[in-house]
Amino acid sequence: MLDRTSAPLLEVKNLHGHYGESHVLHGMSFDVYPGEVVTLLGRNGAGKTTTMRAIMGLLRKRSGSIRYEGTETVGLQPNKIARLGIAICPEERGIFSSLSVRENLLLPPVVLPGGLTVDEIHELFPRLEERRNSQGTKLSGGEQQMLAIARILRTGAKLLLLDEPSEGLAPVIVQHIGEIIKTLKQRGFTVLLVEQNFHFASTIADRHYVVEHGRVVDMVENDKIAENAARLEALLGV
Amino acid sequence: MFELLGIPPQALFGQLLLGLINGAFYALLSLGLAVIFGLLNVINFAHGAQYMMGAFGAWMALNYLGVPFWGALVLSPLIVAIIGMIIERTLLRRLYHLDHLYGLLLTFGLALIIEGLFRRQYGASGLPYDNPLPGGTNLGFMFLPNYRAFIVVASLVVCLLVWFMIERTKLGSYLRAATERPDLVQAFGIDVPRMITLTYGFGVGLAALAGVLAAPAYQVSPTMGSNLIIVVFAVVVIGGMGSILGAIVTGFGLGVVEGLTKVFYPEASSTVIFVIMAIVLMVKPAGLFGTAK
Repeated sequence: MLDRTSAPLLEVKNLHGHYGESHVLHGMSFDVYPGEVVTLLGRNGAGKTTTMRAIMGLLRKRSGSIRYEGTETVGLQPNKIARLGIAICPEERGIFSSLSVRENLLLPPVVLPGGLTVDEIHELFPRLEERRNSQGTKLSGGEQQMLAIARILRTGAKLLLLDEPSEGLAPVIVQHIGEIIKTLKQRGFTVLLVEQNFHFASTIADRHYVVEHGRVVDMVENDKIAENAARLEALLGV
Repeated sequence: MFELLGIPPQALFGQLLLGLINGAFYALLSLGLAVIFGLLNVINFAHGAQYMMGAFGAWMALNYLGVPFWGALVLSPLIVAIIGMIIERTLLRRLYHLDHLYGLLLTFGLALIIEGLFRRQYGASGLPYDNPLPGGTNLGFMFLPNYRAFIVVASLVVCLLVWFMIERTKLGSYLRAATERPDLVQAFGIDVPRMITLTYGFGVGLAALAGVLAAPAYQVSPTMGSNLIIVVFAVVVIGGMGSILGAIVTGFGLGVVEGLTKVFYPEASSTVIFVIMAIVLMVKPAGLFGTAK
């Protein structure tokens, strides 16, 4: 099970981030331990997606400290950060329309050993094999989300950043994605998840960080979620 | 011999061949522009000057180093591509966060500087370059000079190879993906800035290759690029900015249309491409093969 006695896989300390002139992250601090599924919960505009982008290096104006396996990544280019073993599934999914489903799946290069094989991925997502020759953006929303997750499993990345994978999808598909994330956890992946859907998050995560105005204001273990329900509801406005 | 609408076949096929040769250059040049525009979002106005540099590269290789045409066909595009990559690293790179217009202005200025330097050194009158494939074949209805046939075939082969590489290979899928979302492709671990440099070098190298091919067919002169590039931009607009297939098909197609116009209505031959451009812009502003961005 979880090993929180060892060093954290991801250690974010006093992270500040800017979009142009506007200061979005005001000192985010949190840890993710190997094998955990951790969520960043919070209202729209709280800074969750920006935090993901900062970890991946897509947010250029960032300061503070982001350590992955002890390596400081603030100041590294996104391609260097990816090669350390972090992969992102962005909120808008980022499926390439000029690539087929198969090309989309095979696009991210393998950065480390230990990723899933294409066959294993097709076992998890049989639809992607059936539709491998379709244009990427001709897939349904749910299938595009599957593809966006599937393509980062091949690369050998150990930390997956999933930005609102449940957004805009039918309940049955959200449930399926929940199953997938549980499977990934069993396979040893570490997942940092951004969610607004608190009930979905509570079915898959080990811990939740509550984000407000660009900083972490609370941390709740998933097994203590019932006793904290009232406080969380107040914070999230659900 | 048969006649078509009162036109002797020699004239018709002769112009058709000239049209195909022009089309071969239009296709190679607009292909390079399309590749560059797709990934860099830069309208490379220095393309004509880089084509000219390719031709001069062949001339210099022959006259200073004794490298024959076939060696120059590889050497000159390579050197011009390297110069292009230096330009990308030192100048163009600083402009990506700005509007397209700045890249256009910079490359336009570079074109003027490069042309000026060559004109100062070599004069404007043009230098001869010997035909590496003299002779030809009598096809019965027309005489086909060997070198002209070579230009058309070489251009077609290169265009198809480039198309295949971009549309059907792994490397091409990186290029297509980075054209859509460079940030995300970089976040997957691909060194996109390096890819941009190489792509610019590649597009510039294609222009230089066209220049080497042009050296024996035309005179090597500092203004050879600026004469051609305006038409090539019209071809790119008609084909659709950034479309690979569009660049190839419209390049050859418009060369042929131009040739045929010379036969049937010579007065319009120098404007027909621009008339087509105006019509295409009205009916399909993104170009025949383009998609609105």
